[in-house]
Amino acid sequence: MKILVCMKQVPQKDAPLKLNEAGTWIREDVSYEVNEPDAFALEEALRQKEKHGGEVVAITAGPARSQQVLREALAKGADRAIHLEDAGFVGLDALNVARALAAAIKDEQFDLIFTGLQSDDQGYAQTGVVLAELLGWPHATIIMQIERTGDGIRVKRELEAGFFQFVDMPLPAVLTIQSGINKLRYATLIGIKQAKNKPMRKVTMAEVQPALGPNLQKVERLHVPQKTRNTEFLEGAPAEIAKKLVDKLRNEARVL
Amino acid sequence: MALKFRGVDYLEFDSLLSDDERLVRDTARRFIEDNLIPIIEQCNREGRFPRELVKPMADLGFFGASLHGYGCAGMSNVEYGLVTQELERGDSGVRSFVSVQSALVMYPIFAFGSKEQKQTWLPAMQKGEKLGCFGLTEPDFGSNPGGMRTRARKSGKEYVLNGEKMWITSGSIADVAVIWAKVEDEGNKIRGFLVESDRPGFRAEDIHGKWSLRASVTSSLSLQDVHIPEANLLPGSGGLGSPLKCLNQARYGIAWGAIGAAMACYDCALQYSIFRKQFHDAPIASRQLVQEKLAWMISEITKAQLLVLQVGRLKDNEKVGPQHISMAKRNNVWMALECARMARDILGANGVADEYPIMRHMMNLESVKTYEGTHDIHTLIIGQSITGIDAF
Ligand SMILES: Cc1cc2nc3c(=O)[nH]c(=O)nc-3n(C[C@H](O)[C@H](O)[C@H](O)COP(=O)(O)OP(=O)(O)OC[C@H]3O[C@@H](n4cnc5c(N)ncnc54)[C@H](O)[C@@H]3O)c2cc1C
Repeated sequence: MKILVCMKQVPQKDAPLKLNEAGTWIREDVSYEVNEPDAFALEEALRQKEKHGGEVVAITAGPARSQQVLREALAKGADRAIHLEDAGFVGLDALNVARALAAAIKDEQFDLIFTGLQSDDQGYAQTGVVLAELLGWPHATIIMQIERTGDGIRVKRELEAGFFQFVDMPLPAVLTIQSGINKLRYATLIGIKQAKNKPMRKVTMAEVQPALGPNLQKVERLHVPQKTRNTEFLEGAPAEIAKKLVDKLRNEARVL
Repeated sequence: MALKFRGVDYLEFDSLLSDDERLVRDTARRFIEDNLIPIIEQCNREGRFPRELVKPMADLGFFGASLHGYGCAGMSNVEYGLVTQELERGDSGVRSFVSVQSALVMYPIFAFGSKEQKQTWLPAMQKGEKLGCFGLTEPDFGSNPGGMRTRARKSGKEYVLNGEKMWITSGSIADVAVIWAKVEDEGNKIRGFLVESDRPGFRAEDIHGKWSLRASVTSSLSLQDVHIPEANLLPGSGGLGSPLKCLNQARYGIAWGAIGAAMACYDCALQYSIFRKQFHDAPIASRQLVQEKLAWMISEITKAQLLVLQVGRLKDNEKVGPQHISMAKRNNVWMALECARMARDILGANGVADEYPIMRHMMNLESVKTYEGTHDIHTLIIGQSITGIDAF
């Protein structure tokens, strides 16, 4: 099976974020890492390859720094990588990112395309789905398990409230992968060394520009949530207080 | 309460590293966070070496990481240093184990060994199937190893070894010991020998009651008429320079490792000082005296990072001298120990309990300060290099 894994570089989870001057995005000087669900997507692709043979290709669209996620993918065992390299990819909406990815792979024949369920930064959960639509392929989201069946696959989807759905699908297909579905491997030191000699195809913005359109979605402004703290005393009989408390936890704090 | 380590980078140190160097560092960091941090306090309490980590560390390529061939990863010196930093962020004892396996056993086999010796030992040691130890120090000769009493005598096609070695890391778990001995038939020249631990007359006994490096095995070795084939002599070794060359490799790794221990202590103290409140419901981090300690630590850690990176870059360009490595080992271990003491102070009583890693690092660093050339011996090495006068 030939599998493409779409991977995004996102700010590190606990990194303190500062807004840029225009307040439209965060400043570049943070630490970055692989988007978490994408790491699980890569792991799943590598496992599928170990079972069924084939090839794993990692792709990302982003500035020079985002090459790091491809290096990591290659070090962990991906066979080659495609880097759509331009700072301009940071500001694209999900539709245009999907268009760019589709344009970059137009001469390739993949059986499966994996993306993460969503990105940890923008959280659109759209890129994979839109990509499938652009390619005219079927897709399934929030995938927890993938099995080959004859010439298709059977996937397990996570639904709400602990329910799962099993879907039989033909190939080729796009799957968006849930976090935590497998155990991530470490890049080995040898793997990191060998990654240097694996092919990495660069794609410029100009090459995919004809496929792109204007952004349909644009971040106008980011706001840092105001920290507020106030203490409220609930009064009344214990049963009444308990009721009020549950109501507050459910509807205000939304933790229940 | 376990505080999660967040890394320490005050001066955009990461921007001095290549993508691969960062990837190596991050990989080692994740491995240590996932596999060593959860068990290390218990290992330290029990005085137990976490042997279960040998195979996983080998799988990642941690052993002999900077050697080329024989299954080794062929890392640069900076990459290798970043691995030791992360190992020691976990625990100096575990880092010591890796240093000995890599720099003190695999390296001399690689540098001074015969083709057969390399084939026999290096792939197996890289995979962690065979473990090694390095026997230089003796009960009566530490800083002055040139005075050693261990002797090798040629007898037909064999050498016969006699002597005592002391303070030997991994001594009782090793399959092979690199033993340094004076060869009687060669005018007492110091040479290295590979002694398999199952040779009759070879005994290793653990040193108990250590309050430092408790997660690492330290033993004394006794060799009584141990017969080894002459093929076990490391043919390229000769003179005190040979073991010192090995120590240079290991000292270089220690200079990085110490930063790891310092980072662990600093980051823990910083986080603690922000949530710990005393007087007027204010965090202790709001006090000038506490800030002074934190500012001292971050400054020294940052300087230590720049120092060892430069030494690493020199080493990668084959321009490093032993006096440069001495400066990095001496400075960085000293600053790490000072950081540990300050961090312990900031944590108050909590600083002495093993709910936090600080006291363990502090106790570990006392050994690190002493082994591989004591702090003062490195002062003398630097002194000699700038004055041309030997003051040992
Ligand atoms: C946990 C642990 C693990 C170890 N692992 C190994 C190992 O794997 N293999 C191995 O071979 N060794 C190992 N060692 C031994 C270590 O290398 C020695 O302890 C070290 O070289 C110091 O020797 P010493 O302890 O005999 O101290 P000494 O040499 O007796 O020194 C004692 C003090 O005197 C000072 N001093 C000595 N000479 C001078 C001088 N000329 N001028 C000024 N001051 C001086 C020293 O700086 C020190 O402060 C280990 C030690 C420890 C604690």
